[in-house]
Amino acid sequence: MSSTTHDDHNTHAAHDAHGEHGHAKPSFVRRWLMSTNHKDIGTLYITSAVIGGCVGGILSMIMRAQLMYPHNHIVSSGTEWNAIITAHGLIMIFWMVMPALIGGFGNWFVPMMIGAPDMAFPRLNNMSFWFLVMGFIFVMLGLLIGDGTGAGWTIYPPLDNAKFSPGIATDFSLFSLHLAGISSLLGAINFIATILNMRAPGMTMHKMPLFCWAILVTAFLLLLAIPVLAGAVTMLIMDRNFGTSFFEPSGGGDPVLFQHLFWFFGHPEVYIMILPAFGIISHVVSTFSKKPVFGYLGMAYAMVIIGFVGFVVWAHHMFISGISTDSRIYFEVATLVIAVPTGIKIFSWIATMWGGSIEFKTPMLWAIGFIFLFVIGGATGVVLANAGLDQELHNDYFLIAHFHYVLSLGAVFAIFAGFYYWIGKMSGHPYPEFWGKVHFWTTFVGVNLTFFPQHFLGLAGMPRRYPDYPDAFAGWNFVSSVGAMISGASTAVFFYILYRIFTSKEKLADNYWGEGATTLEWAVPSPAPHHTFEDVPVIQ
Amino acid sequence: MKRVFGQIFGVVLLAGLFSHAALAQTADPTAAANAYVNAPHNWQMWFPEAGSPMQEKIDWLMKYVLWIMAGIVAFVGGLMVYVMLRFNARANKTPALFTHNTLVEVIWIVIPTLLLAVIIVPSISLIYYEADDSNPYMTIDAVGHQWYWEYKYESTPGLDYTSYMIPDDKLQPGDIRRLTVDHPIVVPVGKKIKFNISSTDVLHGFYLPSLGVQRYAIPGTVVTSWTIIPKVGTYYGECNQICGVNHDAMPIEIKAVSMDDYLAWVKVAQANYVMNSFAPNLLSSPMPVNQFADLAVVK
Repeated sequence: MSSTTHDDHNTHAAHDAHGEHGHAKPSFVRRWLMSTNHKDIGTLYITSAVIGGCVGGILSMIMRAQLMYPHNHIVSSGTEWNAIITAHGLIMIFWMVMPALIGGFGNWFVPMMIGAPDMAFPRLNNMSFWFLVMGFIFVMLGLLIGDGTGAGWTIYPPLDNAKFSPGIATDFSLFSLHLAGISSLLGAINFIATILNMRAPGMTMHKMPLFCWAILVTAFLLLLAIPVLAGAVTMLIMDRNFGTSFFEPSGGGDPVLFQHLFWFFGHPEVYIMILPAFGIISHVVSTFSKKPVFGYLGMAYAMVIIGFVGFVVWAHHMFISGISTDSRIYFEVATLVIAVPTGIKIFSWIATMWGGSIEFKTPMLWAIGFIFLFVIGGATGVVLANAGLDQELHNDYFLIAHFHYVLSLGAVFAIFAGFYYWIGKMSGHPYPEFWGKVHFWTTFVGVNLTFFPQHFLGLAGMPRRYPDYPDAFAGWNFVSSVGAMISGASTAVFFYILYRIFTSKEKLADNYWGEGATTLEWAVPSPAPHHTFEDVPVIQ
Repeated sequence: MKRVFGQIFGVVLLAGLFSHAALAQTADPTAAANAYVNAPHNWQMWFPEAGSPMQEKIDWLMKYVLWIMAGIVAFVGGLMVYVMLRFNARANKTPALFTHNTLVEVIWIVIPTLLLAVIIVPSISLIYYEADDSNPYMTIDAVGHQWYWEYKYESTPGLDYTSYMIPDDKLQPGDIRRLTVDHPIVVPVGKKIKFNISSTDVLHGFYLPSLGVQRYAIPGTVVTSWTIIPKVGTYYGECNQICGVNHDAMPIEIKAVSMDDYLAWVKVAQANYVMNSFAPNLLSSPMPVNQFADLAVVK
């Protein structure tokens, strides 16, 4: 990767220097409600991800409490249960993982890493954040109004059509997807314009840090996938409210068409959630091994290939929806192909560590945890990609375990890796190392205890989205719920760490990780000043 | 695990003896199926005992793929442990700075590709096997409703009945909570049974883990699957696609019996089940009240 020269950052090191450039210190309202600064917007995104994560996390605690024993009554009815699982899925994806990785870290660090003063369209950036907030209000209305939205996050018709889900809650949830989609789409356009046009002189695409590559590929995925979701959701809203029958068999429509459209968006969506995570892990692994990333070009183009192939595998979510035998074979093979570029990434991370001088600081613990647990999630993914096996495993707890291993233990671990890696750059204060490690280990034990037994439940045949289950599934469900409580408790440690960071008086150096951290954000002061590059850095 | 199996088996046997007096009056031709119950058991860690050749093949391929995957996870895990021990800051003070090694980069593309080929070959033959629903001995239409199944025997005109879960407060000894139904599917052993799976309202999932069968029940279309059950016994399944408030309360129960018993059952069933002339076993507490909507359907 690139080495950086940045000889005169002292000129804008003083945080209040920006007053001289014609900006008075903005008021609270002006700074946070009308922000056009990529760092402030990034902070807003991360804050909203913390809020989204707490709401989604509380919902998952309710779910695990209900499933702790068979015949439990924590959740009073199937209606309430279905509303909770739907909101949990939607919130965790659209209002936790995506805002944290793309809106949060992406906004904060993409402009800094490419040496740009800000995003290409600052006001569009602000707009895309507030669309997300509106979306969150709508999805919460979808949870809380009337019976709530009870069709699962996959919102398959006919369950969510006007006949089977009367009431306005479902419309709120559907519309919240539109709002989140517009937010993502505008963000994606902004990232593409920024990365393609605003790189500092000398920073060619092949010198660009991997996190920027990850965000670039993610932005293209969003650009192509979100409109398809928007189309599908629009058709659903039309079916519900205006008497069309796109997905209505009695009017010549087809419920399976919705599944095709949904997963044409939904499968790229999983790469939208994991590619930025890949980017973060590359930086963390390289920094704490004190070695440049192994096989940089391979790493970058592996993400491009994953993104591309990710668009042509969607029907592996529909192996039992009655698609033809040949389709099943094609989608199985195409899906398995993704294992190869993913393998390149895993092995390249290990090769980056190989020969390094590894320091096990908190971000590195999360990164190593990510790599190992993502391999487990990837392995069960290869199992599920077999259409013949999916006939047995589809929609049971083996699947739940699989996608929580790649998301809850994958993407979320990368979010925390990024958080501990960059929080000093964002806040100017260090996190308490001891408590960071406590947070890691409690989460690691908790999530594994939660999700590993779910493989067994799935193999034994427990279907997903059940509030009550045959007594034979009681044992592993109890273990899983205990694990969830440990993970829940680890969140308290995280909030204590936040408290320690924001009450800390300690100041950090520009590059507090030392020799291993080579990207441009380490050449600016901590915290990064309001305007980062008033003199354009030159990359050699 | 054996012990739990034994207990279940014992309970079932006892229940069988207990209800024998009642059976004597109604002469339940499916009684023989109570001798072997293929139901999940507590702390189960693997697939159910294979109840069909299809499930045997799935079980085999699962072991095959999972062992390869376990090998990969162990290999990667081993590499990571080695790297962490050998190249931590204390053991290795000065980091190397290499960033390329063409040989290993080629190896870690070629070997995974070969492993995928090794997985794909048997996997594709399983897909073709699962898809082959030709020449069935008989065909049963399984129709999902909110929240019960309806079974229609195409070979026996008029044999069309609904199957409700036994609610928690009406369980008899020997019934399995959330799995036992009032009117199970009854099939002859050793014969190829084709399922025409569909729905009249929302999506449902026709999921029989011990037989390796699963398809969505989709309104407006018919999706097929099939099974052969070689052993007399009782097998269970569940709805596996979210279908509303009672999604967890529409299990599937299949009794496989000898051909003689099957023919005897068909006679009894024809007398009893003609066009749903019996009262459905309605769900009661703690399920919500929407179930009574179905009263209108059943005449």
